[in-house]
Formats: sequence, structure tokens, C-alpha cells
Amino acid sequence: MDLNKDLVAASATPLVLALLAQGDSYGYAIIKRVAELSGGQLQWTDGMLYPVLHRLERQGLVAAKWSVLENGRRRKYYRITPEGRAQLASLQKQWQVVDGTLRYVWMRACTT
Amino acid sequence: MDEGLHDMTSFSDQPPEEQIAQWRAYLRSRRVLHDSDIEELEGHLRDQLAALIGAGLAGDEAFLVAVKRMGSLDALSGEFARVHCERLWKQLLIAPEAEVPAKTGLREMLVVLSIAVAAALAVKIPALFGIRLNLDEEVPRFYLRNFTLFVFPLLTVYFLWKRGWNAKSGLWLALPFAVGAVFANVFPWNTAAGKAQELSDTELLTILHLPIALWLAVGFAYVGGRWFENGGRMNFVRFSGELAIYYVLIALGGGVLCGFTMMMFEAIGMNAGWFVGGWLMPCGAAGAVIIASWLVEAKQSVIENMAPVLTKIFTPLFTVLLLAFLATMAWTGSPINVNREVLIALDLLLVLVVGLVLYAISARDPKEPPDFFGRLQLLLVVSALAVDGVALAAIAARISEFGFTPNRVAALAENLILLVNLVWSAWLYARFLRGRGPFAALERWQVAYLPAYSIWAALVVILFPPLFGYR
Repeated sequence: MDLNKDLVAASATPLVLALLAQGDSYGYAIIKRVAELSGGQLQWTDGMLYPVLHRLERQGLVAAKWSVLENGRRRKYYRITPEGRAQLASLQKQWQVVDGTLRYVWMRACTT
Repeated sequence: MDEGLHDMTSFSDQPPEEQIAQWRAYLRSRRVLHDSDIEELEGHLRDQLAALIGAGLAGDEAFLVAVKRMGSLDALSGEFARVHCERLWKQLLIAPEAEVPAKTGLREMLVVLSIAVAAALAVKIPALFGIRLNLDEEVPRFYLRNFTLFVFPLLTVYFLWKRGWNAKSGLWLALPFAVGAVFANVFPWNTAAGKAQELSDTELLTILHLPIALWLAVGFAYVGGRWFENGGRMNFVRFSGELAIYYVLIALGGGVLCGFTMMMFEAIGMNAGWFVGGWLMPCGAAGAVIIASWLVEAKQSVIENMAPVLTKIFTPLFTVLLLAFLATMAWTGSPINVNREVLIALDLLLVLVVGLVLYAISARDPKEPPDFFGRLQLLLVVSALAVDGVALAAIAARISEFGFTPNRVAALAENLILLVNLVWSAWLYARFLRGRGPFAALERWQVAYLPAYSIWAALVVILFPPLFGYR
């Protein structure tokens, strides 16, 4: 099933924030985790995650830190900030409204 | 290890370094991507490669898959440009410059030239109706009140054209200018001032405030109507600063041109004063606004960092000045001499400090950690607040001696507006420097505050003249 592009884009911010709320992470791991959780149905174009992360960083919703790996390469880790958590809570409410409404409508559509 | 075997392994289950290097070089050619972005993306590519190779793919196959998954680099750098629009400001274009056909450049130049000529001629339209500009005789009151209205609407038209608005949706932007034109001209200053030649206080206030009020409308056209999106307001702040710098440069050149015109015609026994004063200066001043705006838009990279550089130079100097002033006052105990000019001087001081803060913010990469310059900025803001506080206390102590003249009300209110901005900026700065808040909060506060200046200026233009009986 191909998910609608707008839907994928709209869900990117809450997903990233929600994953970071579970613990610090980096781009590649976030993408893998999203694919895993959605059973491979939610596939992002890998590169596109990074502008999203940078936007969140600019807005102060996440903070980033470079750390050096064993092989000498650097990796940029992202951490959610208190502002990010607040934003996540607000997004959660918004999505619940949408989700709840859709569920209700569809349930009625099934019963009638 | 066996040489041949090593070669083979590096070929099949090692990341193909050469291809990665080429890919990296390709990313570097996108000027909107910084080295740290490329490093991050390369790290991602390598993680992906390791996973794919671990799953049994050969190095070059894995590379193809990983690059494909990364997505189109055009789209990617486009996204980066949108997120980091301050980089775009420096780099000017998402796409490399060569891809822009020369034709659009030429077309834009023609459009700009015609708008500039239109602005220059607009200045002469009132002369057709008998309102002549004669610099020798009197204060050209009509022209001083209306100079904004000759230029800003045409500047707005330029941005509407540039941002691709259709005429219909841009039409309502004519409203603020129409309102401005009405309030600049309906009030009966002539009779109220007693002597017709003299400029009354409220008239002067209108002259000073109308441009500030209408600049917001220009800003709205500048951001293409998307006032709240994509850092558009910050770009408008940058634009305003660079425009001022360009305009001063052009004005300097224009002054030299005027001087030479006078001098050379005098050498052959002719007085070119009527031409210089009546045509060259007013028309040139109007047209130059359009030309300067176009230069800022088109040649951002030439002068890109002028405003931030000036900010960096003058922030320490003004901080030293303010601290020296405070120290001297504390040492000698001499009170501030409250006279007519003190309030206005204080306003100008606060405007300057807000400007320094604003341009320092506009040029700063919001992701940088707190640095020395940030602390210096905070010190500047705090010392300006201290000076303003001392002076306001002195004024408050003697407020009963003042009547409410329009100048004093305007100056006091503006002082308050700037004070609120600076107090909150200082608070946000302090939070940021102690790592308690994001820098973005400071940026948001400054851009959110922008309309306040224009709204107050509009109130002064609309309410003050009737309120104070056109004094």
C-alpha cells in the first residue's frame, strides 16, 4: 500500500518527536525504527528525514550533539527538549482528534 | 593478508570508497549543504551500506540501493534550503546560478528599470497640478508628507511581480497606501499652525511615522503574503538592513553626481540649480529606492554580510560607550539634564540597540551554541536598559512640569515599545546563554514584535493630529 505523500509528511514531525521521546537517537536509526514499527509500510525517502530534523532543531524542539564513534567517524545524535515534549503532547492531542473522528465515521459506515 | 584476496574483499563487501567520495563531492557542489550536513548524510549512507552489505549485497550494488533510498538530491537540497533560509540568503539560489536563463535576468532588469522610472516620474506628477517642488523657498511640506507614497506602492508592485502574485490578490495591498494617502493630506495643518510656512509638531510626526507604518505593507509584499512562513519575516529584516546600506551608498554617489552637475554647468556660466533641485535629486531619490531593492535582491552575495559585520563592529563599541556613561554618572553623581531632546535621544539609543540585536540575530546560525558575542549582546541590552531606566526615572520625577505635547507622548510611547522589546529580549538571551532556552525563541520574539512598530506608527499618523488639534 502506498501511503499518501501529504500524510507521510504530516506524520513525520510527531513520529520523530515520539521516537526521540523514548530516547536519544540518530537519523539512520530513526528511519529503521519507523520502517520496523510500521511493518515497512511507512517508508521515508531517507534523505528527507534530515531537513525535518534540522527544522525541529531550529525550532528548539530537539537538540543535537555530535559524538565520535569507535571507528573515528562522527554521528549526530538528537535529543528531545522540554519544548519538544510540549509540542509532542499538543500534536498527540491533534492526531487523536483526527483518529477518533475517522474511527467513529468509519464504524458508523460499517454498521449502516 | 594476501594482496589479491584483500582486493577482492574490498571490492565485494567493503563500502566502495571511491564512489562515496564522488557522491560527497557531488553534495559539496550544492552550496546550500554545509560540511556538517554532508558528514551527517554520509554517516547515514555508510550505515545503510553496512546494513545492505551485511545482508549479502556486493559493495557497488549496496551503494546503488543506498543512494536510491537517499532520494533525489535536488529535492533534498531544496528541502535544506527551505529549512536553512539564511543560507539561501547567502547562496542566493537553490539551483546553481548557471541554470537561470539569462533572459529572466534581462526581463527582470527591464521591469525594475521601468518601475524605477515610474517612481521617478511619480514624484513630478503633483507638479502637473500646481504643487511645485521649490527647495529654495520653503519647506516642501507636501513632498515630505507624501514621499513614501511616491515610492512604496511601486516597490510593492515590484515585489508582487517578483513573487508572482496576480493583480487581484495584490490589490488589497493598495488599501494601506490609500489610507496613508488620505491621512497624510486631509488634516488642516495649514490653518492650525498659524503661519503657513511652519511645520507643526503633529505634521512632523506624520512625516516621520508614515514610512514606518507603510513599511509593513511593503514587507507583506516582500514575503509574498506568507508573513508567518519559512523565516520570511527575518528575511525581510535582512532585506531592510541591506536596503538601507545600499541606499546610503547610492545616495553618496548621487550627491557627488549633483555636485559635479552644478559645478560643471557653472563653469560655462549656467545655473543648473533648478534641474538638480527640481529633477535630479527628488526623482533620483525615488528611483534609487527601487534600484537599491533590486540590487539587494539580485546581488545578495556581493554585500551579503554588511549589516551583520557592522553589527559586530558596533556592538562592542556601543557597549563600551553605555558602560562608560553609566560609570561616569555613578562616579560624578551628576543627574541627567532633562530637556527637550533627552527623550528623543533615548528613543534613538533604544532604536539603535534594538537594531544591533535584530541584525545580530538575523545573521546568526540558530544552532550555534552560546558564544562570547552573545554575552556581549546581553551586556549591551542590559546597559541600554540601565541608561534608559535612569533617564526615565529622571523624566518621571519631573513629569508634572511637562504638558502633554504630541512629541512627548509619541516619544514616551515609543520608548515604552522599545523597552518592552529589550526587556523580554534580555530575558530570552539570558535563558539562552544559560542553556535553558533555544535561540529560536529570541528570533521568534523579534519577528513577532515587528508589526508593533508599524501599528504604533499608524496610530500616530491617524490619531495624533486630531487629538492634539493639529498643533
